[in-house]
Amino acid sequence: MKKSIILGCLFVVMLNCSCAQDPENKVIIPTDPVFDAELFVDDLQIPWGFTFLPDKSLLITEKNGTLIHFSKGKKTTIGNVPEVYQRGQGGLLDVALHPNYEKNGWIYFTYASQEGDEKGGNTALMRAKLKNNGLVEKELLYKAVPNTTKGQHFGSRIVFDNEGYLYFSIGERGDRDVNPQDIKRDGGKIYRIYDDGRIPEDNPFVNVEGAKTAIYSYGHRNPQGLIKHPVTGEVWDHEHGPRGGDEINVIKKGANYGWPLVTYGINYSGTPITDNTTMEGMEQPIHYWVPSIAPSGMAYVTTDTYKNWKGSLLVGSLAFQYLERLQMAGTKVVAREKLMADMGRVRAVKEGPDGLIYVAVEGKGIYKLVPKK
Amino acid sequence: MKIFIPIYFIIITCLGIWVFQESELSKSMERGKEVYADFCVTCHLDNGEGVAYTFPPLANSDYLTTKRKASIHAIKYGLQGEITVNGTTYNSAMSSMGLEDEEIADVMNYIMNSWGNTQDEMVTSEEVESIEK
Repeated sequence: MKKSIILGCLFVVMLNCSCAQDPENKVIIPTDPVFDAELFVDDLQIPWGFTFLPDKSLLITEKNGTLIHFSKGKKTTIGNVPEVYQRGQGGLLDVALHPNYEKNGWIYFTYASQEGDEKGGNTALMRAKLKNNGLVEKELLYKAVPNTTKGQHFGSRIVFDNEGYLYFSIGERGDRDVNPQDIKRDGGKIYRIYDDGRIPEDNPFVNVEGAKTAIYSYGHRNPQGLIKHPVTGEVWDHEHGPRGGDEINVIKKGANYGWPLVTYGINYSGTPITDNTTMEGMEQPIHYWVPSIAPSGMAYVTTDTYKNWKGSLLVGSLAFQYLERLQMAGTKVVAREKLMADMGRVRAVKEGPDGLIYVAVEGKGIYKLVPKK
Repeated sequence: MKIFIPIYFIIITCLGIWVFQESELSKSMERGKEVYADFCVTCHLDNGEGVAYTFPPLANSDYLTTKRKASIHAIKYGLQGEITVNGTTYNSAMSSMGLEDEEIADVMNYIMNSWGNTQDEMVTSEEVESIEK
């Protein structure tokens, strides 16, 4: 009898454990890495984003405002880049190509911009074409308002989905109690627009008086990872939480991701932000990191180039200076691996057209992960 | 009596300057605390403890005390390459935060007078301005 009571109690405990994500999720260092990291582009300061042109050359953004074309081992600085607002986390941010780049030549990038009357800056999205090592036909597609001299949370990543919509993220610009929960204000949002900047007619808030109609989802803190899931076609983000509570989210139309009303994190000072980790009407992350790794850049591995990596997510860690591989089973993280330990602050990661993984590291450059035979 | 009046005025003036400087410093530190919370805390953390081998500590930092000019330079223009703080080597990059000279002076005054650090002379925006790349 006694035994059965104890067993019963144990069973309840086990049930409780299996329901929630293990908060202190463990990261494993593989004993036998499947690749060698080879420095591919050297001497970069803060390579914030990069993308591959059809000829396999690279376009690289440096946070300080330099756009670099890297072709056949040689770097060329691209001219006529818009002036960027260099403050705190702001600067030249992501770069992406139009899905039909080969036909139309459009290059998209996000940056911190001082455009407007107020002092300070906010995130902007521009498209332009590349001609004779300079940008031409520049079109400012979106500029968040108002400007602020706050140094935090500009976002920003760019991705296209299968229907050709463009998504980009803007962080809450250090104003968490004002921006992320208000759809009439910019910041703390993921936006969806047509490739030319027009607002899709079926965006979730087009019929809400005064709303920023480019908004697709809200309640975000600072998303610096955005991908199209190659199998499901969904858009996934990851975002910096406060201390503890970085998240991966599946982005749904009109959804509220809860910042700052619900979070798994706490203030940097150690004081709580809220006791709530869930609230009705607010989306739950599919994964959260405790402690925070400070995620930047995200890639989905689509090939078998590296043993057992297909279907994994790769995420850079700024805080702990490594590349993380998350083994996925659908939307569930089943294992985490620490790669390129102590390599430096990993800012961006991409799968190249050759199926190899490329990793941008601050103060170093871009590494190519060469599979071991 | 003759000697008392000038001494009295000298003392009053000195006191005045001292009190004025104190409040200048505390005002600057106050503003510096805001700058810190905005631009620095994510890496150097709330009590300036930093992260071992990654982000150097500001608390009880020998670097901050003995390398005043280099510290200002690092905040103003960014820092890359190896530095040694309290006997530990760090080789991480810090980008320029794009702060104005006055903000740099304020945040320097805040960190130089917090967490066990002491400062002989307050940092002014003129001093920051004079630090060249």
